[in-house]
Amino acid sequence: MEEYLNKKVSSIEFGFMSPQFIKTMATVKIVTPELYDKEGYPVDGGLMDIRLGVIDPGLRCKTCGGKLKECIGHFGYIELARPILHIKFVSLIADMLKSTCRDCGRLLIPKQRIDTVMEELDRVEKEAGLVARRDKIKEIISTTKAIKQCPYCKAKQKAILIEKPSTFLEEEKRLSPIEIRTRLEKIPDEDVVVFGINPKAMRPEWSVLTVMPIPPVTMRPSITLESGERSEDDLTHKLGDIVRINQRLFENINAGAPEIIVEDLWDLLQYHITTFFDNEVAQLPPARHRSGQPLKTLTARINSKEGRIRNNLVGKRTNFSARTVISPDPKLKINEVGVPKIVAMKITVPERITEWNKEYLKKFVEKGPNSYPGSNYLIRPDGKRKRITDETKEQILEELQPGFIVERHLMDGDIAIFNRQPSLHRMSMMCHRVRVLPALTLRLHPAVCTPYNADFDGDEMNLHIPQTEEARAEAEILMDVQTQLISPRYGLSIIGATNDSLSGMYVLTQKNFVVPREEAIDILTAIGVEDFSALPNKKQITGRELFSTLLPEDFNFTGYTKAYKPGIDDADAVVHIKSGKLISGCMDKANLGEGQGLLLRNLHKYYGSEFALDLLGKIFNLGNEVLLRHGFSVGIADVDISEKGEAEITKNLTQAEEDVEYLIKTYREGKLEILPGRTALETLELRILEVLNKARNKTGKLVSDTANKDTDIMRMIKSGARGNLLNIAQMSACVGQQALRGGRINKGYTDRTLSVFKKGDLGYAAHGFINRGFKHGLRPYELFFMSMTGRDSMMDTALRTPKSGYLYRRLANALQDLKVEYDFTVRDASKKIVQFNYGEDGLDVSKTEGGTINVKYIIDTMEGD
Amino acid sequence: MEDLYAEYEEKLPQKLIEEIKTHVPSKISKTKLKAILEKVYLEYITGIAEPGECVGLVGAESIGEPGTQMTLNTFHFAGVSEMNVTTGLPRLIEILDGRAEISTKMMEIYLKKPYNQQPEQVKKLAESLKETLLKDITTSMSINLAETKLVIELDEKKLTDINVKPVQIAKVLEKNFKGYALKVDEASLIIKSKSKEEDISGIYKLKQKAKSVYIGGVKGIKQVLPVKRGDELIIITAGTNLKEILQLDFVDQNRVMSNDIFEIQEVLGIEAARQAVIKEVFKVIDAQGLNVDMRHIMLVADTMTMSGTVLGINRYGIVKEKPSVLARASFETPIKHIIQASITGEKDDLKSVIENVMLNQYVPIGTGLPGLITKIKKA
Repeated sequence: MEEYLNKKVSSIEFGFMSPQFIKTMATVKIVTPELYDKEGYPVDGGLMDIRLGVIDPGLRCKTCGGKLKECIGHFGYIELARPILHIKFVSLIADMLKSTCRDCGRLLIPKQRIDTVMEELDRVEKEAGLVARRDKIKEIISTTKAIKQCPYCKAKQKAILIEKPSTFLEEEKRLSPIEIRTRLEKIPDEDVVVFGINPKAMRPEWSVLTVMPIPPVTMRPSITLESGERSEDDLTHKLGDIVRINQRLFENINAGAPEIIVEDLWDLLQYHITTFFDNEVAQLPPARHRSGQPLKTLTARINSKEGRIRNNLVGKRTNFSARTVISPDPKLKINEVGVPKIVAMKITVPERITEWNKEYLKKFVEKGPNSYPGSNYLIRPDGKRKRITDETKEQILEELQPGFIVERHLMDGDIAIFNRQPSLHRMSMMCHRVRVLPALTLRLHPAVCTPYNADFDGDEMNLHIPQTEEARAEAEILMDVQTQLISPRYGLSIIGATNDSLSGMYVLTQKNFVVPREEAIDILTAIGVEDFSALPNKKQITGRELFSTLLPEDFNFTGYTKAYKPGIDDADAVVHIKSGKLISGCMDKANLGEGQGLLLRNLHKYYGSEFALDLLGKIFNLGNEVLLRHGFSVGIADVDISEKGEAEITKNLTQAEEDVEYLIKTYREGKLEILPGRTALETLELRILEVLNKARNKTGKLVSDTANKDTDIMRMIKSGARGNLLNIAQMSACVGQQALRGGRINKGYTDRTLSVFKKGDLGYAAHGFINRGFKHGLRPYELFFMSMTGRDSMMDTALRTPKSGYLYRRLANALQDLKVEYDFTVRDASKKIVQFNYGEDGLDVSKTEGGTINVKYIIDTMEGD
Repeated sequence: MEDLYAEYEEKLPQKLIEEIKTHVPSKISKTKLKAILEKVYLEYITGIAEPGECVGLVGAESIGEPGTQMTLNTFHFAGVSEMNVTTGLPRLIEILDGRAEISTKMMEIYLKKPYNQQPEQVKKLAESLKETLLKDITTSMSINLAETKLVIELDEKKLTDINVKPVQIAKVLEKNFKGYALKVDEASLIIKSKSKEEDISGIYKLKQKAKSVYIGGVKGIKQVLPVKRGDELIIITAGTNLKEILQLDFVDQNRVMSNDIFEIQEVLGIEAARQAVIKEVFKVIDAQGLNVDMRHIMLVADTMTMSGTVLGINRYGIVKEKPSVLARASFETPIKHIIQASITGEKDDLKSVIENVMLNQYVPIGTGLPGLITKIKKA
């Protein structure tokens, strides 16, 4: 057996590298900017020195002896000819220079005050934490800058100015990094603490570099182009510059060159080292490639979404995953996913050979990689991976023995994690069972579109296959579709019947819906019910009886349909299920829709998630099957209105138009009663909007009163599958006011919206009121107004997505560490208590019924006993 | 009966007990009640969030996901009689950011019993609350260039409305502009500099200043609107001033509401601010017709307020307070945090989620939380 070492990193300490540390850590001193010699072999003491690690296959690292991918690389160092300021610490250096004595290096605060200051700092940290301490430090330092005389050696202090990015001036005279370094050296350890520096982690003078670490070649690998030419990494380029200038500076100093030349080179070296750390310093021109694009140096590598932290450390990439277009397949179970065969033959599942399954696994190896179900790889106990091909499989078959791992093709029933981006909630990643199917798309049951927020207009989804037993167990227990039925957002079922399925269920459960027994059995067979004993022994079976066969025999439920209005006594608006029989009420969105009503929630609660999932699938398909057999179609005639209705609507609209005219007239005469805090024109706009909105609403009501109720379009609306009455009103009678930015349309030309109107026209038509329905067709300017609002809402969506995405990221980042502890308090990562009891009662929303425990239901059922 | 309830007081939250009391039929046998209580208790303990449950992330998901469905439309429009208030996503961001200055400050002022019935009376009270500046009660303000003086014509009708006499206004102005001579001539005020030489720009500046001289009402209340709520009349205001409104005796102090969370924190304290965050977030989500459980909102409000002051959910607020260097660095401005950590020699104990993700270790949440201890047999 392999030996498992379980090491865990328990903490990470941060600190500043001292020159001593840099030298000790380094394996090479870099002395030449050259990279390779004539043969293309790395130069000793050059930036690609093989003691820094290897990036070429075949070579061995001179430090550790490892090959490519074995050796993680080693640091080198260069000795700087003159000290250089570290750009990231310039503000800290400025603080220290300004607040310490230029002679003796002491902090410009008398001894006894330092003690009180330190005490206060410790107190603040104890009370409010490290952040508060840092703020306090800033406060203290800003007061010391004004002190003009050292309280210790009485030396006069001079004003120090920074000339950004990294030049220090002391009363016009420039301070060289050497001087700065000597001053920083003088600051004693006990004073350093006041600047927030931990003397154990850092000495101030270290921020002026005298030696510089050279990162290993493994973090700046060169790429070999097709032509055989080498293209070096940006960091290597920058380091080359540094080493070159450093060497020149050395030579010039040794040769006794004039001070000006030395200073110039020194500044150049400062520039190169600054841009090595950060190529986006505000006052410096960024270092560029020959092509003109800026170099990507250290800071740019770490920062931002594409940087090391967010892209490589927090974000991980996986193997054993697939991605293609999705399409629906209602014949699948809800917790299944249809996987194309071509995918199933590429993605594998590792299975270890034991005495007991040897024969079973042998079959996969025999089949090879090209016929299904076969296998692609064999892993030997020593970790060697062997590709199974048609040629090698005979030989591999012979050496098979317990302990080997066969990577076999994906098969029906394997566990997969299915995901659609954006993964906004945990239902965006659920565990499904694999069903290998022909064709090239991933298939899913249409009922799970809601949690994934998927449709089939070209959406793609991802599939992951867990590779270890632990991962599979966790996926199965925690992520299975049936465990995710109840949304933790509101505690109701997130999967329900949608669209056609809802319409179908609505049609089926109407009072007078009957089907012959043969058809009932046909439907039940189609949805996967094989036991017909629950079906009443009659020739004609009502829709409700048919639906009831799916329900458990002891299920009782009372709920309301969508049509229910409190106070109106309509027996059919109340859903009544007694002993598993639907007695009254029809099935519509209020009971079968996602996130609505307690019917699905109760079924889940009392009969378990497995049952609920199965039932959901059956209900979903039942609706579809009913529509399939009875037809369901929509035409323009469905929105026709009787002549009488038409007349009433016209009358209503004319009345509104007259009202608007009247308002405009009173406004022009200056007689309009002005609303508080508004101008006359604003008042007019508001009043007109009010009138027109009223008119539109009234039209809607008229339409719903007069429209033919016996159409499929109305059934769709009533069941909640799609559409609402407003849609009908817009089609048949009146599209209504086009609103832009919360008012009527007022943009366009001077004093008018479009050139077809007169200047100053305040009328309803000129500002976007469309008084006819879509059925009648739009006038050109009406179409234009509609496009205006259409564009506006498009922009709205485009602007909203990144905004809400950022809000979500911030929320997730702020709250991710909060968890329920063993004492049932909610605490953050530092064990600070956020809540004493989660949500004040400790209930997990996904285990509740819409956020509460249904006390009434409990009492009612107990009463019944 | 009561002793039975008392027995379960410890085990069940108050809210559930209340609910049982309202739904239980009055004539119920003790054994049956006991059975009901026991059943509710059983359901309650099975519904409790398990230790290790990452309630924070679930909460973030529950608020973040509906955020994508919200409209950006800044202004909600409910006809003539209501005021325009920022709603939807911008308002949600504003609240969770913990911004000190919000875009539309608003108050709902409920009135005590006798005051909240007659529309006339309420309207009068509302008018008295409105902040009145000099410019609101003048018909004109003109500069007399020849004599370098400022002539202010007061609107007599408005003066009687707010019951102020020109002399009183003159007194206020005198206090504000020292060094100027004031003359009252019926409804007009004449302001002239006491010193002989006054240039025109000085007088012009004076005019600008005079416009916003505070005359009466409650400071900060920009607009008032009496509105019917249920069977009483309330006053909705644009602009807030909780502190002064609370001191008025006709105001129902228990129901007055401001939408400015920072103001509430200052006047009523952190617990009230927490409640305000919950209320405001819920209002936004509810107005959009979205369904989010209260517990998630409460958790967000609690994290925002647990330090004692309202902190925003951003890099200057909650994220800044995180103990882990890597957790902070992974959010925004990583370099800054790493540099700071190197100076102070910080130690990251890897106690939170994200550092362990970075290091490929088990996260201390959910199934990553428990460990197993076992004796290893020595071969």
